[in-house]
Amino acid sequence: MNPYPKLDEKDTRSGFGAGLLEAGQRDPRVVALCADLTGSLKMDAFAKAFPDRFLQVGIAEANMMGIAAGLTIGGRVPFTGTFANFSTGRVYDQIRQSIAYAGKNVKICASHAGLTLGEDGATHQILEDIGMMRMLPGMTVVVPADFNQTRQATLAIAVHEGPVYLRFGRPKWPVFIPADMPFEIGKAQVLVPGTDVSIFACGHLVWRALEAAEALLREGIRAEVINVHTIKPLDTAAVLSSVERTGCAVTCEEHNRHGGLGDAIAQVLACHRPAPQEYVAVNDRFGESGTPDQLLRKYGLDTPDIVAAVRRVRARR
Amino acid sequence: MPAPNAAPSKVSRASLDELARTCSQVRRDILRMVHAVQSGHPGGSLGCTEFMVALYFKVLRHDPKAWNMDGVGQDLFFLSNGHISPVWYSVLARSGHFPVKELATFRRLDSRLQGHPTTHEGLPGVRMASGSLGQGLSVAIGAALAKRLNGDTHLVYSLHGDGELQEGQVWEAAMSAAAHKVDNLIATVDWNGRQIDGDVDQVMPLGDLPAKWRSFGWDVLEMNGNDMADVLRGLEEARSRTGQGRPVVILMRTEMGQGVDFMTGSHHWHGVAPNDAQLDRALAQLPETLGDY
Repeated sequence: MNPYPKLDEKDTRSGFGAGLLEAGQRDPRVVALCADLTGSLKMDAFAKAFPDRFLQVGIAEANMMGIAAGLTIGGRVPFTGTFANFSTGRVYDQIRQSIAYAGKNVKICASHAGLTLGEDGATHQILEDIGMMRMLPGMTVVVPADFNQTRQATLAIAVHEGPVYLRFGRPKWPVFIPADMPFEIGKAQVLVPGTDVSIFACGHLVWRALEAAEALLREGIRAEVINVHTIKPLDTAAVLSSVERTGCAVTCEEHNRHGGLGDAIAQVLACHRPAPQEYVAVNDRFGESGTPDQLLRKYGLDTPDIVAAVRRVRARR
Repeated sequence: MPAPNAAPSKVSRASLDELARTCSQVRRDILRMVHAVQSGHPGGSLGCTEFMVALYFKVLRHDPKAWNMDGVGQDLFFLSNGHISPVWYSVLARSGHFPVKELATFRRLDSRLQGHPTTHEGLPGVRMASGSLGQGLSVAIGAALAKRLNGDTHLVYSLHGDGELQEGQVWEAAMSAAAHKVDNLIATVDWNGRQIDGDVDQVMPLGDLPAKWRSFGWDVLEMNGNDMADVLRGLEEARSRTGQGRPVVILMRTEMGQGVDFMTGSHHWHGVAPNDAQLDRALAQLPETLGDY
């Protein structure tokens, strides 16, 4: 049985908004910047509570990244907010030079990531951002699984020293991580222990992985479900310890199969403990308009796709 | 109407002579650094020498010995056109941020003096990586906003190339500085009219530059960047215009390659190192005043 039943349905971006407000209450150094998406990023509460510490920069993301980098000089802890596409691809060089290479303590907070942004379509559905961000030396990449975890992750990155990419999404999604479950950057969470296959998932697909594990149990397959909420630094020990027992891995992410969680896990396995792996990821394509559920189904990221990937990988053991 | 504290600069002849001697040595440093590794950017470095010397030896309220990243209680400087690192490194060393002999490591393996400036190697004086153009004004605005939030009344200065103004981010930043009334910031543009591929007017004309900055809400000054007295006057006037609700920009006319006769008059020396004979010819025009590194 799934030990993490659905508690509620909420969007992860609201978890970010809640966490940001709390982070601002806890630490006066915290400041927030937004590029004309305050409502979409749920940053209104922070802006209202701390008008002097909130900066509207308009539709100018490159400038936002530079201003954020400058704000760290003098000890501020800036959080930038915009969609994932405009948080990464549009401003890659600004992040690379002014934040990552310069070692600035900026928190890049990115909403509407992946296919589940839905109807806006491929221009906004970035599926390459995890890859871009994890390639930057010194960048921490966090992809929390639900509302509660996004709130916790926001609080955790506020006290973490160094640049962070925090990725979350638009749609209402099952809430299943208990609000008081400890969250530690870089520490993967074994949500369901198992012996027959390791399912590594991040973001929205963690819930789908839990559903898949339940379905697999009915076939007598005991899947281990691991929430890899931090893609970088990757919890290598947790990956190896699980695959040591199960002998095979399935990775699940709302991202291109190139450069994301799957590749991060594959690198660890290839270098330390070669084992069969199957990807549940977007197969090197752009997305399109549709509802989140329709898109996950069409692009092969749904619960039955995870179940099928488990069957395939077990056959290769 | 001039601001109440806008007094004309009273700089003595002796003081101007001393600054001129420093400029001569800085220009020697630039040429010797670039020659030694046969790479780097002498043209803009030579053109901005008076400005950088004035800034670091007369204008900035700072303590090089107590330099730290946050710079609370200090004036800050950001070099956005990072390729003119030779002039910055020379001025930083000569003003006491690090040993002058370290200039010999410029662009060499394991050096803190990277081709383009960076915080990565912990070089005192440098608070931001720059080189990829167009990013420094945003950073300077952020640092100025941090000063405002921190109740720190010191100023933020920045320098930008004129060719660099072709980058769109500069104008995003210009718009935001005016909107947020960032009036503790003095940006300076090295208006030498040259860039790698040729004259700016030929590569991508900037149009009416003073009018552009004014229309973005900035207080605009002009000065001759190769006349030390005018640089000091311009910087002092700029400082007097801070705190009045608008960001301040100085459009600084300079000559690329200034100080070496055969390096002026074209864009050729933007990023070309002199050979042995050219170095000798150039150094013969620049007295060694403070001792070569």
